Amino acid sequence: MRKKFQSITSKLWAAAALGVILILWQAVSMAGLVPNYMLPSPVEVVQAFLSELPLLLENSRVTLLEAALGLISGVAVGFVMAVLMDRFDRLYKALYPLIVVTQTVPTVAIAPLLVLWFGYEMLPKVILIVIVTFFPVTVGLLDGFKSADKDMLNLMRSMGASNLQIFRCIKLPGAMGQFFASLRISASYSVVGAVISEWLGGFQGLGVYMTRVKKAFAFDKMFAVIFLISVISLLLMKLVDLLQKKCMPWENKK
Amino acid sequence: MAELRVEQVSKAFDGVPVLEKISLQLHEKELVALLGVSGAGKTTLFNVISGLLLPEEGRVYLDGEDITGKPGNVSYMLQKDLLLPYRTIEDNVALPLMIRGEKKKEARQKVQPYFPEFGLEGTQKQYPAQLSGGMRQRAALLRTYMFSQKIALLDEPFSALDTLTKSAMHRWYLKVMEQIHLSTIFITHDIDEAILLADRIYLLTGKPGRITEEIVITEPKPRRADFNLTEEFLAYKRQIIEKIGEVREKSL
Repeated sequence: MRKKFQSITSKLWAAAALGVILILWQAVSMAGLVPNYMLPSPVEVVQAFLSELPLLLENSRVTLLEAALGLISGVAVGFVMAVLMDRFDRLYKALYPLIVVTQTVPTVAIAPLLVLWFGYEMLPKVILIVIVTFFPVTVGLLDGFKSADKDMLNLMRSMGASNLQIFRCIKLPGAMGQFFASLRISASYSVVGAVISEWLGGFQGLGVYMTRVKKAFAFDKMFAVIFLISVISLLLMKLVDLLQKKCMPWENKK
Repeated sequence: MAELRVEQVSKAFDGVPVLEKISLQLHEKELVALLGVSGAGKTTLFNVISGLLLPEEGRVYLDGEDITGKPGNVSYMLQKDLLLPYRTIEDNVALPLMIRGEKKKEARQKVQPYFPEFGLEGTQKQYPAQLSGGMRQRAALLRTYMFSQKIALLDEPFSALDTLTKSAMHRWYLKVMEQIHLSTIFITHDIDEAILLADRIYLLTGKPGRITEEIVITEPKPRRADFNLTEEFLAYKRQIIEKIGEVREKSL
């Protein structure tokens, strides 16, 4: 009871801070401190959001589809890589530095290349999302696999367990916490990745919509779509949390 | 008939001898204590007996069969309970059966009858984090027992518990042992614990680890509740402390 009350009050603080910022923003717009076409007021943003809603929803459908396809393939690739690299130490030594290097290349820099190679359809977008989402999963899982208790491994071996059994009973479930932490990051990357790749070429999606309203200097719609993207990311992260609760029932019983 | 026989086992790490010509025996239904200071190689000896480590010299026999370097023959319980936090108690306890290839459902059913005996009734569906330290240790012991009902190696099974829980566990342990007759070697650095529980005590001194003394505790079982307050108990204790002192002096 007390805990629930505390969590409500802590949320109240965040809501209050958000409220203050919105009021200040509205006040700045109304006082004319910043030209209205540069910074529309929150009320105008909400109006733009409501009037553009059908178009926004249609474009989010495309973006979400790309994000989902990319995320699922990214997680699958990340998972397989982590398992193989954990099993074969040479593969780990060979690939790990390369994987780190792939992450130092900025997404915006490779996106045009992908468009050139794979066209304006969905494929280059999904590939880009795979590149940004597999990394957290691989690193998180590898960390989880490697942090398995040495005594526990010894105990399993003393019982005559095979490598596969050790993986299934100890390493995999032991890495679930890290896996979900990485999945949360990957989920938000997937939406951002989809939007960025749409900026650089495409026919539909929130990124395409964004470039369009930017060219029209419709800043109110710009803010509306930014707002929508962060809401989608938040919802995806919440979804990962729910999935984690479902998959790790022991965590709820402490 | 000796169930477990360790013969002339020597082991070194990077050229530093840790165990030197260790020989010991464990008879059926016997409870033997391996008493020694930290760093005397007790855990290494267990790793050799359980087959996790290969000794440079010497062999380990179980019922006459050579099991040196072959894991999976004797059950081994470490100081930490090592229960898997993501498995319920029954699934933790059934783990050795599942490793042996039994179906989850059958394994679960097979472990059920032992829960009351080990004082774990009602904890089947709970997770380790919901249990007290003493209960977790019992669950770990039951898992050890499910693996092999012949020989168990317990590495400081009670040392992580607080003093009061520990003495309650001692009484409980002796009672359970009356019923299940598991041949056991347990490691301890607690002289009282060794005298209270064991039929025989091997004194292991370092370094390198050597067995310097074998003490038989003749007090019959089940033992009196106040055995640790008797003259006999103190006599054993005095004898052991003197032996440890002698070895110390020699090595200094």
